[in-house]
Order: sequence, then C-alpha cells, then structure tokens
Amino acid sequence: MSAGNFNNTNASARPWFERLDRIDRRWIFLLMFLAVSGPILWIGVTGKTLPEAPTLAARAVFQEIDQLPAHSLVLISFDYDPASAGELQPMATSLVRQCAAKNLRMVFIALWPLGNQVAQQTIQDVIRDDYPALKEGDDFVNMGYQAGNEAVMKLLLTDFAKAFPKDSRGEATSNIPMLKDVKMVSQFPLLISVSAGYPGSKEWVQYVISAYNEKMNFVTGCTGVSAPQLYPYFPQQIAGLLGAIKGAAEYESMVNESLAVDGVATAPKYLQAQRRMGPQLVAHLLMVGLIIVGNVIFFARKRRGAA
Amino acid sequence: MTRQAKTWLVIGAVFVALLVARGMIGQGLGRVYVKRTDVTVTLPDAAAVNSAAAGASSTSASTSASTSASASTSAPTSAASTQPTAPSSAPTSSSSAATISWQEWKQVPPLEFIAAQKANPAQTEITLSWPRTIGLWLAAFFTLAIFSFLYADNPFYKIAESLVVGVSAAYWGVIGFWDTLVPKMFGALTPGLVKSLVQPSLVAPEMLQQISMIFALILGVMMLWRLLPRGGWISAWPLAFIVGVTAGLKIVSHVESDLMAQAAATMKPLVVSVTDASGATNMWDSWWASVANVLLVTGVICCLAYFFFSVEHKGVVGGAARVGIWYLMITFGASFGFTVMGRIALLAARVEFLFDDWLWLIDPNHFRGL
Repeated sequence: MSAGNFNNTNASARPWFERLDRIDRRWIFLLMFLAVSGPILWIGVTGKTLPEAPTLAARAVFQEIDQLPAHSLVLISFDYDPASAGELQPMATSLVRQCAAKNLRMVFIALWPLGNQVAQQTIQDVIRDDYPALKEGDDFVNMGYQAGNEAVMKLLLTDFAKAFPKDSRGEATSNIPMLKDVKMVSQFPLLISVSAGYPGSKEWVQYVISAYNEKMNFVTGCTGVSAPQLYPYFPQQIAGLLGAIKGAAEYESMVNESLAVDGVATAPKYLQAQRRMGPQLVAHLLMVGLIIVGNVIFFARKRRGAA
Repeated sequence: MTRQAKTWLVIGAVFVALLVARGMIGQGLGRVYVKRTDVTVTLPDAAAVNSAAAGASSTSASTSASTSASASTSAPTSAASTQPTAPSSAPTSSSSAATISWQEWKQVPPLEFIAAQKANPAQTEITLSWPRTIGLWLAAFFTLAIFSFLYADNPFYKIAESLVVGVSAAYWGVIGFWDTLVPKMFGALTPGLVKSLVQPSLVAPEMLQQISMIFALILGVMMLWRLLPRGGWISAWPLAFIVGVTAGLKIVSHVESDLMAQAAATMKPLVVSVTDASGATNMWDSWWASVANVLLVTGVICCLAYFFFSVEHKGVVGGAARVGIWYLMITFGASFGFTVMGRIALLAARVEFLFDDWLWLIDPNHFRGL
C-alpha cells in the first residue's frame, strides 16, 4: 500500500487486488481514527464498558497487595512521564487506590524527572480526594525525583535516606514519622513500579529484586512495548505483571469489584482503563482485518504470478 | 495553487466551520474555569523558624532549614493541609514572618461558574482562566499539528516538532542543572552556600561524600577537556572510568537476574500434579500445567538450537531449529500485538482529550455534568 497515488492511470484496468494494494495509506489512517474515536464517543455518551476476565498475572498483582497486613510499607516507583500516561495512568490510579483502601503506608518515589509530578497528581486524585483521612508523613509520602537511574537503586539497597535525603516538600527523611525505622529497601515487603522504559521494571529486577528476591516481592505495570521483555521474569522475579492497557483494565475491574459498595456507582476516574478497551477492541479488529486483506492480496498476486 | 494546497485549504475551512458551529451549540467548548481560594498559614513558631534560618549555613544534617518549605503543608491550622494544592497554584503574597498567604486556583465545572454568575454577577471567586484556556487550546492545536503529518508533511507539523525538540532539550538542561549539579555537586562541595542561596532544604552530605565529589568534579573537568583544541586524550580517562563502572554493574546484575535466575526458572518438571484444597489431584489443571511446562522447555531448547551455529542445521538439530523459528515468530507477533495495543492506548488518550477537554463532546468523568 502506498501513499500519494493520486494520478493512477488505467486504475479500472487493474485487477482488484492490485487496486487494493495501491490504495492510499491515508485511508487506513482515517479508518484507524474512526475505529478509535467511534467507541470513545459511544462509551463517553453511554458510560458502558466491556467486561474483563482477569488473567493470572493481573490477579497476582491484586493478591500481592491484598495479602499485606494493614500499615505495611509499600514502595511505589513512578517510572514514567505524561507521554506514557495514556497507557500507565489508569493502572497507577488503581494501584494507589487499592493500597489506600488497604490502609498501607505508601512511599512514592520517581526515577523519571516528571514522575514526581505524575505521582503528585495521582496522590491528589486518589488519596486527597477519596481518602482524606490518610495523613502525609504518617500514611503516605512523596519522596520526589532522584537523578541517577541504577545508582539510586543500588543506593536504596544499603541506605534509603542517602538515596532520598528529603521528600518532595523538603522535609528531611529522618523527620518523616513513617520512615523513621527504614534503613534500606529490603524493609519494604512490596515494591511496585509503574514503568515506561529505562530506568524501570527491568532495572528494578536486575539491581534490587535479584539481591532481595526472598525478602521482598515485586509487582509492576508496564507499557505494551516493554511487556514482552518482562514476561520471562513472571512469576519468579516479578510476582505480578500488568501488561499495557489490557492488564490495567483487568486489574482495575478487580479493584473496583473488591471496593464496590451496593447502590453506589464506581467513580468514572476509576474506569479509565476499561473505557479505553472499547477503542482497543475495534482498532484491533481493524488491524486483524487489514492483516487478512494484506495476506489475501499477497496470495492473489502470487497465484496470478504463478499462472 | 497546487492541488495539495487546495486540499489543505478545504480541510482547514471545514474544520474551522465545524469548530465555530460546535462553539455555538450547548455549553460551547474549550474553556477552563477556576475557583480562587485564599490560603493563610500560621507558622508553628516564628522565633524557631527565624533562628533556624539563621543557622541554615550549618553543615549538619539538621532539618531546621526545611521548616519554611514544609510549614505551608504541615501547619495544623493551614487550609492547605485540608484542601489540596492545585498544580497551578502559586504564592502571590507573603505577609510577616509569622504567617504566609497565597491564593490557589482549582479548576471547577462551567456549570458552577454559571450558577455563581446567576447568584452574583459581580463575583470574582470563580472566573474564566485565560492562561489555562490558552494552554488547553495550544495543547489541542499541537496534538492536531502532530496528527497532520499523517496526511502530509506541513509547516504546522514542523512547528510542533521543533517545539518538542527545543522544549525537551531545555527541560533536560534545567533538570540536569537543578537535580544533579546543584544538589549533588555544588551541594556536596559548598553546602552552606547552596543552602543559603538556592536550596534551603538541602540535606548536608557526609564528609566521605564530599571527598568523593571532588574526584567526580576532577573527572568532569577532564571530560570537558575534549572541547579544548589540545589534550583531548585526557577525556579518555573519565570515559574509561564510566565504561569500567557500568560494565561491572551490568555484568553482575545480568548474570544474577538474566542468566542464573532465568536458567533456574526454565528447569521445570515436565509432569505436574496440581492438587486442590482437599488434597485431591485436579486432572484438568495438572494437564494444562504440564503442557505449559513442556512448551516452555521445548521452546527454550529449540530457540537455543536455532542460534547454535557450530553445527549444521540438519537432522534433529535442523528440526529443532525450525521449531525454534516458529517460537521466535510467535514471540515477534506477540511483541507486535503489544506494541499496537500500546500505541492505540496513547492515541485513544489523545482523542479522549480532544473530545472531552477541548470539544466538550463527551464527559466521561461527569465533570461538566452533561
């Protein structure tokens, strides 16, 4: 399929598969736009979402958080920025929501510069808006961004306060009540990373989980591009994995179900991932259709060539 | 006028016409309203703060200097402690040393603005935020400018592309300076100066860290030596240091996590017996667990056979290599599927932004009460 074929002569004389093969690719872009925007409009107007059947990897994420006793420390690393928020923000929101509902003590960190702002926004949307009883410094704290990539991870292995000497407000780590006894990362029974690439989930496995595989568990949510690289680590090194928006939708549906209150509808902000599965479905059907058409054209040309 | 120019003109005209029409229907589109909140914070102990500020040049790990930065959120009487700070909020004024006042603006639905105007047309608490509205329209414009490349290369795309590159470069420069150089380098070498001038909440480093930073500074200067006309070879030394340290870190971590742990994870029993809660064997689950393990072990062996070039791919090795190719193809297909899913999710997020925040065609978060 080629672009810019406005001046095709004798187009009607060509066989159907050649005409299809030479179709302007911008028609495909338009089809993809319609395939994505149609369901968004429909779901936006009706509010309906598709049902989700959680897979083993998504269920494992839910269970790892669910089995922790209340007030357990959880380290949540925001290793992404707004460029990947369309994929990762829904899972980050649900992860923080489940931790907040379980009354876990959350320590937010960021290894990406803009991860700090994304974490701050998530804290605002989930904790401050819906769990106002949780107190900053006692129940959650945002340690902000720290430059250094793997060096920060290595430092966390030996000295948490040295890796993050103060929180995002400027408060010294030694003065934060919930971190009073925290010396190193192994004191966190669970590490969560929402990761868009480097540094992210892979580096957490390589530099931290390998060292403390038996002492702390690790669950992660990642982009679609990086998911295939992380699946080999599941379930030995990564206890639970949310692969792209599909994993987010599965996990989101589990969290919503576990926190559902009779007669009260789930807040729309906790349905982001499930809403985005509508466009996924139609766009994937379009992709499958295009791949089939491409193959039909290929075999038709081959047969004609052979004849 | 070329045919392409005419096409652009028609697309642009239709788009503007649709936009104007949308602006005249219902609540309109693309406006951001904000509600002002006056926040006043009383510092816990003004005398203590003053004395702490005076002692800020101390190099001990005292937290006193951070009081002024954290007081706004930790003071018990603070409105900010109960009401979240909006991302765009900024201090607008400061009073005496004992209290700090500022204004916060939080986005509110348009219906709230309309109701406030009806109740009191002269009210100024809820207003149209021009900076945020312009920001919203710029975000929409640049989103469309980037999408326009799908039709053809054009000046709007070029502008958006150049802006992304320029802003990213500047942003990384600023991040590198304020998050690396200032706190880690200057903060370690001259903690008193950095604390008193730019970062009052800086936690003073230990002596060992300060000494190590001197070496880091020397290595940094050696690295920059390559910019000089002579002695460029000096930069090879810090480069060698970086390569050596990185290789050491990577080798250990890769051997641990990607070789040993992955090899151990591959050594699985080919026949698995899964028992349920009562202790009875679940035949169905056992069957599937065994199949999964057999597929896993077979896949690893066959893929290794494909990449084993010391033996000609004939006979058993050739058959295993062909099976390995199938495994690899399935892996590539899965990767492609995941990539498509990721890209569509990003596209969906941008389209949702255009339809929701900008055009007000949908209201999935029930923000505007449509």
